[in-house]
Amino acid sequence: MAVSEEPTYTSTSSESMGGSEILRVEDLHTSFFLPIGELQAVRGVSFSLKRGRSLGIVGESGSGKSVLARSIMCLNLGSNVKTSGSAFFDGRDLLSLSRREMRRLWGTEIAMIFQDPMTSLNPMVKIGRQVIEHLRQHKNVNRREAKQTALDLLNEVRIPEAESRIDRLPHELSGGMRQRVSIASALACEPSLLFADEPTTALDVTVQHQILNLLSREQRQRNMTMVMVTHDLGVIAGRTDDTLVMYAGKVVEQASTDEIFEKTQHPYTEALMRSIPRTTHASHTPLAAITGRPPVATHLPAGCAFSPRCPYVQPKCHEEDPPLVSIGTSGHKSACWYPVGSDANREAFERNLSDRLPQTLAVAESLDADQSSGIPAGLPDGGIA
Amino acid sequence: MSKMLAIRLMRLVVTVIVVSFVTFVGTNVLPGDPVNALIPIDAQQDREFVEQIREEWGLNDPMVVRYGRWLGDAVQGDLGRSLVTGQPVTDEITHRLPITFELMAVAVGFSLLIAVPLGAFTGYREGRRSDRLISGLAQAGLSLPVFVTGLILIYVFALRLHWFPAVGWNRLSDGLGPNLKSVALPALSLAITEIAVYTRVLRSDMIATLKENYILSARAKGLTDRFILFRHGLRPSLLTLVTVVGLNIGFLIGGSLVIEYLFAIPGLGKRLFSAIQQRDFMMVQAITVLITVFYVIVNTATDLVYMVVDPRIRRTN
Ligand SMILES: Nc1ncnc2c1ncn2[C@@H]1O[C@H](COP(=O)(O)OP(=O)(O)OP(=O)(O)O)[C@@H](O)[C@H]1O
Ligand code: SF4
Ligand SMILES: [Mg+2]
Repeated sequence: MAVSEEPTYTSTSSESMGGSEILRVEDLHTSFFLPIGELQAVRGVSFSLKRGRSLGIVGESGSGKSVLARSIMCLNLGSNVKTSGSAFFDGRDLLSLSRREMRRLWGTEIAMIFQDPMTSLNPMVKIGRQVIEHLRQHKNVNRREAKQTALDLLNEVRIPEAESRIDRLPHELSGGMRQRVSIASALACEPSLLFADEPTTALDVTVQHQILNLLSREQRQRNMTMVMVTHDLGVIAGRTDDTLVMYAGKVVEQASTDEIFEKTQHPYTEALMRSIPRTTHASHTPLAAITGRPPVATHLPAGCAFSPRCPYVQPKCHEEDPPLVSIGTSGHKSACWYPVGSDANREAFERNLSDRLPQTLAVAESLDADQSSGIPAGLPDGGIA
Repeated sequence: MSKMLAIRLMRLVVTVIVVSFVTFVGTNVLPGDPVNALIPIDAQQDREFVEQIREEWGLNDPMVVRYGRWLGDAVQGDLGRSLVTGQPVTDEITHRLPITFELMAVAVGFSLLIAVPLGAFTGYREGRRSDRLISGLAQAGLSLPVFVTGLILIYVFALRLHWFPAVGWNRLSDGLGPNLKSVALPALSLAITEIAVYTRVLRSDMIATLKENYILSARAKGLTDRFILFRHGLRPSLLTLVTVVGLNIGFLIGGSLVIEYLFAIPGLGKRLFSAIQQRDFMMVQAITVLITVFYVIVNTATDLVYMVVDPRIRRTN
């Protein structure tokens, strides 16, 4: 296993080869300084993204996905925060821009869609206005032109009877409709990079699919670069080109989304896959939740951050934090001493099983259950719609 | 909306009847015979004369009858005659009411004019030096009683700088300039506490609002801070302020009483003072009812302002 020095991640998918790099994040760290100590929310994240591609960032709640996205956007993290590293957007380091310069990029070059459409629109402002104000901030258009453009956008994101809805207040629309409004607003100034921070988490499943399809369609049609943040691998399966798996503020695995599913390397990614909801299971079967909780970000364990929950954990994992290294030549990277599928991994599993390690036993059990119901472990069978 | 106003109107009528009756009873069971206000002290021993006056003013009828008579007249705009001056109460009130009203309106208007930008700004700059300075001043303003503020203002701006008159009142008919000069110090004395209260209320709501997700998404749209503050931040932060202003206008009546006394302003408050001292029950009764009506009107106005501020309420009504 060779340790690679190159900090960037290049995908192998053929259609990406011609694309130029739009975003390159290098060794990004973000910490909050709290009374109980330093909370390292993002710990040295690097990746690069080519124009027109889509990237999924996956991880459990608290893994630092939102903080990562906001750090790149330099968006409002508070006064007790320190960010280091760099984030080159079109060659300019966003982290070194003044607030004024940054504001000129916000909403025009880089846009963001937030998790909860119930709270991300101002409840006291008509939805049309919230799109129009965005247009008028950045474009030299009069009221009427702006309204027409807003109408076109609302139609584009498939809001039925946009003409009559434009003067509605957010609470008069359903959650899905509101998220469509947010999307319309985000698209208003044709951004080249769009962050979507869990855009569907607050919505129910059918609406989720519609919104995700809408986003994918817009992304492709506009040749926009998109970063999709989610805690659900099922959301990005079949939708994003590349995937980055985060745990406790670090990237633990990154590859093209197909590779992530087909050649899973990291035990945490594997665990996330086991927790994707499956349509073939009886609807109330509990998900195979990952044993234990993510670590408290102020008190990270020594060595590998996943070690307290990992079914393959070995003494070495407690001592040394595994670096993110390339696997093969495809740009696939993973940070684990005992990657999934390796002989070392199988031996570790057997050893832990005979030591009756709780998380190992839990995995063995769920494997048995899957075998008896005929579903291969680690592959989602719902999700991709 | 018109339904709401109709309900309000009914409530107003009921409230006025209840309050006026309670005041009526209250003033009548208090020790002290109202007839004494009518008659010079040396004549009070003359039983026959006293009885004659009682009869003349209808003081011998049962309380309910007297109340009924008063109410009947009041509905027609006749609030009786002052027991002290013998003049129609209505005349005196129409003469004095505009003064008190102007004083309060200027005080409230001025304090909002100052407090809204100040509250929004300090909320936006929470914890910064400018916020700490202004909030500290507001805290100080809050702890000053109205009459102390009044005395300080009189000392500095009237006695020392001679910018404004120390006492007295010029009516609007005497010209806008002199009128504004005489309202300035008393209104400012009232306003200082109000400014302090309103600034603090708006500041804390503003801080909460600025943590909302829609503020973050407005930022992500690249809107300017000022636009975000006043277009997205202010409106949702106004609801508590509206409530507090509504309540405070009620308290302000008490404050203007003190201020009218201090500045020798011929308003209603000053008259209520002397009426109570002189046991001029007709006057007390009339002013009390007036304050009640005012209270209910302010309450209704507050609800209307909610609708203006919050379009969601407008839609559901
Ligand atoms: N403003 C803040 N002040 C202090 N700590 C913060 C702040 N924002 C986030 N954190 C902490 O940073 C860590 C990462 O948070 P982040 O919001 O990025 O998680 P996430 O991966 O987006 O999870 P979720 O799925 O819950 O959105 C968490 O431990 C969180 O408590
Ligand atoms: S095997 Fe060790 S290094 Fe790999 S994820 Fe588990 S604990 Fe971490
Ligand atoms: Mg998040």
